[in-house]
Amino acid sequence: MYVLLAVVVVAMIFFADWGKIGHNFFQPDIAREMMPRVLTIAARNTIIYTAAAFTFGFFFALLLALMKLSSIAPYRWFATVYIELFRGLPALITILLVGFGIPIAFGWTIPFGTLGKGTIGLGIVAAAYMAETIRAGIEAVPGGQMEAARSLGMTPGTAMLYIILPQAFRIIIPPLTNELVLLIKDTSLFFVLGSTPTSKELTKFARDFMTEARNATPLIVVSAAYLIITLPLTYLVRKLERKAAEEKR
Amino acid sequence: MSIPRIEIRDLHKYFGELEVLRGIHTTVAKGEVVCIIGPSGSGKSTLLRCVNLLEEPTSGSILIDGDDIADPDADVDGLRTRIGMVFQQFNLFPHLTVLRNLRIAQRKVLGRSSEEATEVAREMLKRVGLSDKIDEHPSRLSGGQQQRVAIARALCMNPDMMLFDEPTSALDPELIGEVLDVMRELAEEGMTMLVVTHEMAFAQQVADRVIFMDGGVIVEEGPPSDVLVNPAHQRTRKFLRAIDAE
Repeated sequence: MYVLLAVVVVAMIFFADWGKIGHNFFQPDIAREMMPRVLTIAARNTIIYTAAAFTFGFFFALLLALMKLSSIAPYRWFATVYIELFRGLPALITILLVGFGIPIAFGWTIPFGTLGKGTIGLGIVAAAYMAETIRAGIEAVPGGQMEAARSLGMTPGTAMLYIILPQAFRIIIPPLTNELVLLIKDTSLFFVLGSTPTSKELTKFARDFMTEARNATPLIVVSAAYLIITLPLTYLVRKLERKAAEEKR
Repeated sequence: MSIPRIEIRDLHKYFGELEVLRGIHTTVAKGEVVCIIGPSGSGKSTLLRCVNLLEEPTSGSILIDGDDIADPDADVDGLRTRIGMVFQQFNLFPHLTVLRNLRIAQRKVLGRSSEEATEVAREMLKRVGLSDKIDEHPSRLSGGQQQRVAIARALCMNPDMMLFDEPTSALDPELIGEVLDVMRELAEEGMTMLVVTHEMAFAQQVADRVIFMDGGVIVEEGPPSDVLVNPAHQRTRKFLRAIDAE
């Protein structure tokens, strides 16, 4: 089967229009022109938006997970409906709802521009996914832990906070880091929210630059920027998962 | 006569359709050591777990020092701090060191200062002979050591009564003795103890009274010299023969 591979490689080398590809995707001048703003503004914003959406989503998810495990049925119902709803919708729809639906309906806009709207919109979606992860983590802690805590006189809240959650978080750090990687990429959806020169994240920045320069090089540059952020995290997840698997043995 | 520490009246417990406890009556006096024996599925663990409300009784009442614990106004968390519980699977908190296992409930439930909690923890660890393990994580300890830490953890709350749910059943045979020794000392110091166990020699030597349960009822109870040596009931004899044969 190596013959096929060789044929494809040779064909690519000889028949692809390398001049055109290089001209449209790899222009050093354009890449240079993007510096330093692609880092100081665009990559920085991507990281800030991700951190904000993750933080908001995480605490909201924790609340949802506890509701889902509650002994009070209406709490469970609410959490279930919420989780199914926002996992079933495209993230873009939720972001549009928050960014444009709310102002149209209530005449009120979420403050702090892209940061505010994006954080809430994407955080709402992230919470739905993370809630299921956190719930699974809590349920993975053996039931005897809660019983031991309660038999020492701890209230359910105290036992959850000091005994169950610390153990649950150890279990869910790898999947939560995965969620973080997904969120980094999902901040690219913020381009629909519009932006000022200082609020652009990587994708919006590349798109505007591309229109201006009539060239696709900006896409390659921001792709590299995304990978610089996401690849180490993906590597970290794999390491954490391996460590967790070893501890289990 | 003084009020018994534990008084159980017509206790019934269902798990769904299954009636696990079918009308239990008994009392435990102050300082008394009572061993509950019986085949698996006889309801002995469920009975024990009802005493600190880890299981909620379906009907009947449990009085601790004369107060009904099933009363909706009863202070269940307060009650549990006075009743120490030791589990078959130890249930130490694996994310905390031994010291912090012993301190956490003292700090969060009793509101003791860090210094006081540490002092009590050291004292209790010394009592179970594990002072040198204070900074270890539970996973680094043998089963017998973990169970002794679990006993120390319960003692840190200064309980006036201890419940033991098959405390040696998960242990390798050579580690059982060290746990029973700690329990024997507690009994000698006058602790009120309710022990679900398969250790007949322990029951024989330490118990003031032995309760034999089968099928969710107390078949017979009395001093170990009666129940374990000259049982009145056929079912008790059969159980003791089966244990002996092991």
